[in-house]
Amino acid sequence: MVPLSYYLILSGILFACGVTGFLIKRNIITIFMSIELMLNGVNLSFVAFAAQWHALSGQIFVFFVMVVAAAEAAVGLAIIIAVYRTRETLNVDQVNLLKL
Amino acid sequence: MNPIQIIPHAADYVRILPELVLSVFGMIIMLIDPLLDDRRSRSLSGALALVGSLVAIIATWMQSQSPGLGFWNMVRVDSFSIFFHFLIASITAIVILMSYEYMSVQEIRGGEYYGLILFGACGMMLMSSAVELVLVFIALEISSISTYVLAGFRRRAAISAESSVKYFLLGSFATGFFLYGVALMFGATGSTTIDAIGNVLRSGHIPVLAYMAIAFMFVGLGFKVAAAPFHIWTPDVYEGAPSPVVAFMSTAPKAAVFAVLLRVLFEANAPGRIWLIWVTAALSMTLGNIGALVQDNVKRLLAYSSIAHAGYLLVAFAALPENGIPAAMFYTAAYAFTNIGAFAVVSHFGGAGERRVTMEDYAGLGKRSPLLAATLTLFLLSLIGIPMTAGFFAKFYVFSAAIKANLVGLTVIGFLNSAIAAYYYLRIIVVMYMREERDDSPVAPVPFALGMALALSLFATMYLGILPGRMLDYASSSVSDLVAPAMQTMPVQGIAQVH
Repeated sequence: MVPLSYYLILSGILFACGVTGFLIKRNIITIFMSIELMLNGVNLSFVAFAAQWHALSGQIFVFFVMVVAAAEAAVGLAIIIAVYRTRETLNVDQVNLLKL
Repeated sequence: MNPIQIIPHAADYVRILPELVLSVFGMIIMLIDPLLDDRRSRSLSGALALVGSLVAIIATWMQSQSPGLGFWNMVRVDSFSIFFHFLIASITAIVILMSYEYMSVQEIRGGEYYGLILFGACGMMLMSSAVELVLVFIALEISSISTYVLAGFRRRAAISAESSVKYFLLGSFATGFFLYGVALMFGATGSTTIDAIGNVLRSGHIPVLAYMAIAFMFVGLGFKVAAAPFHIWTPDVYEGAPSPVVAFMSTAPKAAVFAVLLRVLFEANAPGRIWLIWVTAALSMTLGNIGALVQDNVKRLLAYSSIAHAGYLLVAFAALPENGIPAAMFYTAAYAFTNIGAFAVVSHFGGAGERRVTMEDYAGLGKRSPLLAATLTLFLLSLIGIPMTAGFFAKFYVFSAAIKANLVGLTVIGFLNSAIAAYYYLRIIVVMYMREERDDSPVAPVPFALGMALALSLFATMYLGILPGRMLDYASSSVSDLVAPAMQTMPVQGIAQVH
């Protein structure tokens, strides 16, 4: 049997990949996909912990996370389209009317 | 948990009654909106939304008569959650009142707007009564997704869409962190119920994972309340979003997230919270105030001020529970009413397309519209923390709670920051009264609904500043709900003490 720590390390790596992608990518869609990667890392650790604790609830949570992520994606893509319509670009460096 | 009993009781529904009311009204608005023309859509759905939020206040009162757990230990109605329900419902009502004028001036259709406000408020209320972390996550998302859309509601304006996308990306990023924290907490304790987590963490042996979990959850929630160093999005989003929406999202979701933080930190007895809070509070106060000093746009200035206020509020979280919890609750309410009032003035004065938002535009407002200027002055004085306003007692309770917990360093930083903050708030007042106006075009008269919103928030600000005792007593009575949570023997006295 694969030990728990392997799953946790993999989920940590997935999460870290997501965070890195969020920070260094410049295209809004790619940034958004990086967030989904973070959520997948979370899902993996939920399932791994559920197996460790023999608690079914951990697996159920994954469904909740996926459903909420889907809702978020629907709204997020709509917002991204709204930005594209007004700015004709999806590069975060050019979406800069509001100074940072 | 008995597998046979899978049908909720009527009592369960009472525990989420205000949320149900808000969702039903939100859905009614969404259903009838397509049948209305633009003008009717604004007035009728606005009226429905207002009725919805008032019914939610009544529902909260009904709910307060029967506190307890509902839906298999998912939600808990106690005086703590009732406090936040009332607060969020009142914020919603005031924001709806101030939105009437804004929507017609900006020529935006009203239906979805009011619907989303109600759905968002529903999520926020659920956050304050949820005692299970996955439910907290779902409620957090209900509230966040609604506010993402609301931030971009002037969708033809490029800055509004940009503000929305920034809020969305950083908000989802924060959600990811929060959720990872929940997953680690589940791994550390085998449960996601706040009460069960608290029992494990109080038992003496604290797993290392729990520390990581708290840190991750804190990062996620810190983003949502705009505490430094997770505050970068705030000025941009507040500048681009419609003013009534900013009034809403700088108060209601923050109140809800602070409620979650209180539950997680105190009820679950989070390990290592003091230094985590210490650093964040000190950073938020300092960076917020320093950022606000150089702002020329009033909305950006208020955004930085809201970062600083999140910092003051967090000071209370480092204090002892018996002083810190009431202080934090009082501060949340005081800040909410003051800030909504200030944004109501900003929203009215901004005019079509929100063009008048810089310091220059406010020059001579004292002459052009004395009443509006006087109202804004009072709100700004409350934000500074001048006696006789809500802001004074809010700061007083927070800092005295900090002193009692021997947090002298943090209190000194807080006092110094209050002094810095006075400078930029007073700058607006000085500009309004002492500077000659550039254009003397008359300011539009204040319509009835906006007047009501201003009057209500002004009343709340002054009331809490002159007679703070009642609310503080109520807040103190809910301390026992958090620090001594007896899951099965939920006491009824929490509510009874108030009256």
